[in-house]
Amino acid sequence: MDFTTIVFYVFAALAIFAAVRVVTARNPVHAVLYLVLAFFNVAGLWLLLQAEFLAMALIMVYVGAVMVLFLFVVMMLDINIERVRSGFWNYLPLGATIGLLMVAEMAMVLSGKYFGLEALPGHAMAPDYSNTKELGRLLFTDYVYPFELASVVLLVGIVAAVMLTLRHRKDVKHLNPARQIAVKAADRLRIVKMASEKEQGE
Amino acid sequence: MEALVLSFFQWFWNLFGLWDTLWAIVEPFWTLIWIVMRIVVILIPLLLGVAYLTFWERKIIGWMQVRIGPNRVGPWGLLQPIADGVKLFLKEIVIPTKADGGLFILAPILAIAPALAVWAVVPFFDGGMLANLDAGVLYLLAVTSVGVYGIIIAGWASNSKYPFLGAMRSAAQMVSYEVSMGMALIAVLMISNSLNLSDIVRAQDHGRFADMGLGVLSWNWIPLFPMFFVYLVSGVAETNRAPFDVVEGESEIVAGHMVEYSGMAFAMFFLAEYANMILVSAMVAIFFLGGWLSPVGFLPHGILWLLGKIAVVLFVFLWLRATFPRYRYDQIMRLGWKVFVPLCLVWIPLIGVWMMSPFNIWK
Repeated sequence: MDFTTIVFYVFAALAIFAAVRVVTARNPVHAVLYLVLAFFNVAGLWLLLQAEFLAMALIMVYVGAVMVLFLFVVMMLDINIERVRSGFWNYLPLGATIGLLMVAEMAMVLSGKYFGLEALPGHAMAPDYSNTKELGRLLFTDYVYPFELASVVLLVGIVAAVMLTLRHRKDVKHLNPARQIAVKAADRLRIVKMASEKEQGE
Repeated sequence: MEALVLSFFQWFWNLFGLWDTLWAIVEPFWTLIWIVMRIVVILIPLLLGVAYLTFWERKIIGWMQVRIGPNRVGPWGLLQPIADGVKLFLKEIVIPTKADGGLFILAPILAIAPALAVWAVVPFFDGGMLANLDAGVLYLLAVTSVGVYGIIIAGWASNSKYPFLGAMRSAAQMVSYEVSMGMALIAVLMISNSLNLSDIVRAQDHGRFADMGLGVLSWNWIPLFPMFFVYLVSGVAETNRAPFDVVEGESEIVAGHMVEYSGMAFAMFFLAEYANMILVSAMVAIFFLGGWLSPVGFLPHGILWLLGKIAVVLFVFLWLRATFPRYRYDQIMRLGWKVFVPLCLVWIPLIGVWMMSPFNIWK
């Protein structure tokens, strides 16, 4: 067993452990943190596959931004874990079916030769091969329309999210930053010149 | 370098006639030992730099406020950081009864680990870095974005109100300013045509002024001045330094996420903050101020230039702290989202058009 294989098994085992703890952890904040750990290990696996752009993007986008906001929300909520678990037996058949489907799909991918799927050919990369550059070139040449379409969908999502949460309340004391910045000392303060006064009784 | 170190060890242990037996044991692990040695060579000066940055900060702020600053421990107060370190080291770490014990201890570790791990890709001189990653900038952005977890977890695990408020403020602030930092870097990546930090420095060595022997005018800070400004200010905000230090604003929420921490656990947050400051300064130096490059043609390039540039940017950090009053929270958010992000969004297409025009200066 060479070094890479050992590293793979360490990452894989940790990823599975973390994924199991995401669903079994009693504290929602702990569950979110286990999800972060799972992301880290998956990023490690992608690095082993020489997909450094995907690995870094996973950490940057999911761990660095999405999960931070997720944690933000989970910490604010007072989640009653008993109530969340109350529907467990009702949802079990549906969950189990989806789980079994995913297991079947994974089995078909992993044992491709029995199901008539060609295993993905391994590529021997040149030493100066840059995953990031190649991905960028493909995205902006061959796949430019799907890529731009995806970004438009995301933009619509952003605008929709803003519109859904935007409420104009009348009783808010709204500040106008431009006016605040434009304020000069003379607008607020008047310096009066006056002769000094004599004290009484002298 | 590796051969030089090896031959030195060979010479040293041959004085005792032990080299052959020793090498037989060590050889399978030599690569690992060599990496660890390089990590130590980077981290020890960094931690010393952090210690003396605190001293330098107190001295400079003292001088700016017409005081003397620390001058009691050792000559000119030079042993002050050592005394502070020993004091923090010997203090008890108090864990609040209602705190989440495991996460409470994990938080300072999560704060300092990314702050140190990023240094793996920082090029100190031509070829002088721990890992020459082609995706160096991505690694940098990915690892620095993890740093916020230390603060958030600290705030939550303390199970106390002020730390939690501090954590909430920092989560919003750090995520916001990461956006403008990343966008400022896009312009740098466009004109350098690389994600490798060494290549980004080398790309600044070309141009009309560099050929005339005035490299300082060829560095990215002139053609990308708005991005330079955005990156520098976002860097101050990202490290939660004054005037963006609402996360630990003393007059509002005591010390933010660090309220419940004492002893070494507190020191770790402190170390992480100052290590991040040095890191942001190093990044400003590498992306915009030409890294290890010499400003004039007749002086050689080298690590001293990089250290000098880092020191200048760090001075700006301290200068800002001594000069500006603290921003209000909504003003911080406005600056990040409504000023910096649109500025980057305008400047990036502008650079693109410039690069495609006949006036392209980065060919």
